[in-house]
Amino acid sequence: MQNLARGWLTILFLISGLFSGALSAQAPEAVPGDQDWPVKVSRLATDLASSDTTTRLGAIEALGLSREVRALEVLQALAQSTLYVSASGDMVIETEPDQFLDVTTGQPVTSTSAPGSELRKVRMNNRLRSAVQSALASSELLGGSAARRLAAALGLQGEADPARLPILQQALESETRAEIRDAIEIAIASASLRSDDLATRLMAIEKLGESGSGQFISVLTDLLASDAQGNPVESVEVREAAQDALDRIRSWQQLQSWVGNLFYGVSLGSVLLLAALGLAITFGLMGVINMAHGELLMIGAYSTYLVQSVFKLWFPQAMDWYVLAALPVAFVIAGSVGMVLERTVIRWLYGRPLETLLATWGVSLILMQGVRTLFGAQNVEVSNPSWMSGGVQVMGSLVLSYNRIAIVVFAFLVVMLVWVILQHTRLGLFVRAITQNRTMAGCVGVPTGRIDMLAFGLGSGIAGLAGVALSQLGNVGPDLGRAYIVDSFMVVVLGGVGQLAGTVVAAIGLGTLNKFIEPFTGAVIAKIAILMFIILFVQKRPQGLFAPKGRSA
Amino acid sequence: MTKSISISTGSDPGQSARVRTEFPSVSGSFSGARTGLFSARAYGAILTVAAVLALLPALNLILPEAHALYVPDYTVSLLGKFLCFALAALALDLVWGYAGILSLGHGLFFALGGYAHGMYLMRASTPTPQALPEFMVFLSWKEIPWFWSFTEYAPYAWLLALVAPGLLAFVFGYFAFRSRITGVYFSIITQALTFAAMLLFFRNETGFGGNNGFTGFKTILGFDITSAQTRAGLYWVSLMALLGCLLLARAITQSKLGRVLTAIRDAESRMRFLGYEPLGFKLFVWTVSAMMCGLAGALYVTQVGIINPSEMSPENSIEMVVWVATGGRGTLVGPIIGAGTVNALKTWFTSAFPEYWLYALGLLFVLVTVLLPQGIVGLARKLLQRKQERLA
Repeated sequence: MQNLARGWLTILFLISGLFSGALSAQAPEAVPGDQDWPVKVSRLATDLASSDTTTRLGAIEALGLSREVRALEVLQALAQSTLYVSASGDMVIETEPDQFLDVTTGQPVTSTSAPGSELRKVRMNNRLRSAVQSALASSELLGGSAARRLAAALGLQGEADPARLPILQQALESETRAEIRDAIEIAIASASLRSDDLATRLMAIEKLGESGSGQFISVLTDLLASDAQGNPVESVEVREAAQDALDRIRSWQQLQSWVGNLFYGVSLGSVLLLAALGLAITFGLMGVINMAHGELLMIGAYSTYLVQSVFKLWFPQAMDWYVLAALPVAFVIAGSVGMVLERTVIRWLYGRPLETLLATWGVSLILMQGVRTLFGAQNVEVSNPSWMSGGVQVMGSLVLSYNRIAIVVFAFLVVMLVWVILQHTRLGLFVRAITQNRTMAGCVGVPTGRIDMLAFGLGSGIAGLAGVALSQLGNVGPDLGRAYIVDSFMVVVLGGVGQLAGTVVAAIGLGTLNKFIEPFTGAVIAKIAILMFIILFVQKRPQGLFAPKGRSA
Repeated sequence: MTKSISISTGSDPGQSARVRTEFPSVSGSFSGARTGLFSARAYGAILTVAAVLALLPALNLILPEAHALYVPDYTVSLLGKFLCFALAALALDLVWGYAGILSLGHGLFFALGGYAHGMYLMRASTPTPQALPEFMVFLSWKEIPWFWSFTEYAPYAWLLALVAPGLLAFVFGYFAFRSRITGVYFSIITQALTFAAMLLFFRNETGFGGNNGFTGFKTILGFDITSAQTRAGLYWVSLMALLGCLLLARAITQSKLGRVLTAIRDAESRMRFLGYEPLGFKLFVWTVSAMMCGLAGALYVTQVGIINPSEMSPENSIEMVVWVATGGRGTLVGPIIGAGTVNALKTWFTSAFPEYWLYALGLLFVLVTVLLPQGIVGLARKLLQRKQERLA
């Protein structure tokens, strides 16, 4: 038991390391202000209240160019038709029905104390509406938070409106963040594509090519077009530059999709690895085909659900960290179920692998139905903690979601944990000894029965950990395990029995292969192709990728 | 060193000894094969049971509903289904009990037979033989795909129901046995095979009706498929098929080939050293078993009136295994008894306590493998033996 306790500590230690990085919060950013704001407000209010569309358009444009943070709020209110103005120069935003916010001070005012009785909604028409949208983009570009500035710049890239060039230039001068500067530069290039100056155009085309963004393919292809007589519309230089830019974009996109496939392949591989790792231990050690392995994953996922419920009841403020608390709980619950299973059923069937397969299948039916009786046949809801939602954007448009990243990291940590246990603890030493030669190990004093139980518990506990991870990716229901059982066996068979490295390589390899086949054939055919590949592979190398050498095989 | 893989640590000396005791020893001398397949008593018992079973649909047809001996329609169709299950179990036992090959993919052969015959039934249910089956119209296909050609002829469909599973089994078995894949590995890849096939058949593009499979059969050979007479006819055909296959299986297991198979099951390497190449023996019995299973599937689909890809799910195949295990593998009557018992239990449970059926089935798996490795027949034999010893 001492060894298990050591394993425990290792898990906790590794996990605390995993999430410490996520804790550092981002410092709030200073928002630019405008000293003359109150004066401008009354002027703008008067303009917006006017009946002349041109006057109102001018006011909206001025709002768009303002560096005051509240100008943004005013524009948003305009867009949502919640802005009220009076000819006397008052401007308020309706936040809730009969709840107003004074634009000058940013203080709430009630409708009774709202100054001026002639407050009315700013009337909008289509021209004004599009002006508001543009102004919003400019305003966000100049005065929003970093994320909004970036979003605004990205939005302007697509618009390619030469009228925006002055704002873009102004934003570029004041911008300090590299990625936003880059986005603005691309927006400038996109806007100046139709410029009269050949040098500017060529530079713009080159810049667009550098951006690697697929949204410019059609604009650039247009430059290559010919008129009705078959003569090229653009000059040779422009066409050559456009062709280069197109090639660059295409090759960049190719790379992007490769990286995307690789990432999603590795993350799928990590899921497979987590699901198969526990199986690899029990299968490698005892030759036991544990058909109830999928149900141990399910138990892990349901443990997560239980922990989540406990947190909801007693520690709602720590909801974000319930997943961490679920890890040890799932490990212990699944591990205990595994040990009980080993003591009551499997130990009677050693040396009869086909029989264990049947008996554990029976156990899996019982476990599945047990969960149905306890929790109902419907899926239960397991939520993602907030730090796991969203993703990081790389290479332009490729989004790597945080939960996928977390899975990859988690799988790595679990593999490390298993490696440490197998290679550097007494339990691991015994386990390896029994895997090599059960009888001989018994002869030199290894308590094989007890080690079987502990190792089975370890394998099952790791299935429990995997269940926690799976609960963050998909539905949690009584059938959860069934979906993974065939895949887990495939990984173990492909990797070779009793080989940690084999399991890792097989899982990551299968995941990646799957994601690379998928774009060509669709998910189902990819899956079938993988299964066929494994069936054929096993014909050639029945002992798996990494067969143990020597007579122990 | 052979290339074959032993699953547990190969150096465990107890293992091979224990494996051997898993199966009942074949009693009787080899010369018995020439005097007849079964003893006179066994023939008598089999024929009595068959006669009783054959009588049931007749009672359903002849007697009025109020009569005490009247057999309801439901019972006839249920027993008709059980006969098909028994045939599938017999097929599985032929490979598992006598060649030691545990297949977790026999549901695939069962379903393939069903699909093959279902193709004919779909064609027979359209107004004209050349009309497109309903699901193809639904998918707005313009013509019948090539692999559906000739399926409007019933004899071709029957042939296909045997050949399709047989061919798949032959090809798959050839590669698997040639590479000397045995034991658990073989089980797992058969499971992968049926899983892959299920995914394939779920697609509409595969051409077998996708999710919904085939249903809405109306006629077979011009007869109304839902009428009581047709049902009785199908029941009798199933019974005949089961009896025929039982005799065939007995003939195979009693022959010299069967003896070699049993020897391969118990000590494959030793047989190889003695100069036998196991490939042909195993491949033969494996293919025969798949064809039997295809026949069972074809009869089953005709009687239940539906086939869809979930028939190929790994769960179904593994359930077949428990029929065999419960009845007693390595005996030919065992799987038939097992299929009947387990399915009768299932029918009773799913109507009386639906939520406890899986508990019961799970428990059955565990108890049979741990406590009754030779199944009901093994238990009966043991009890009989004890009684005889006490008398002696």
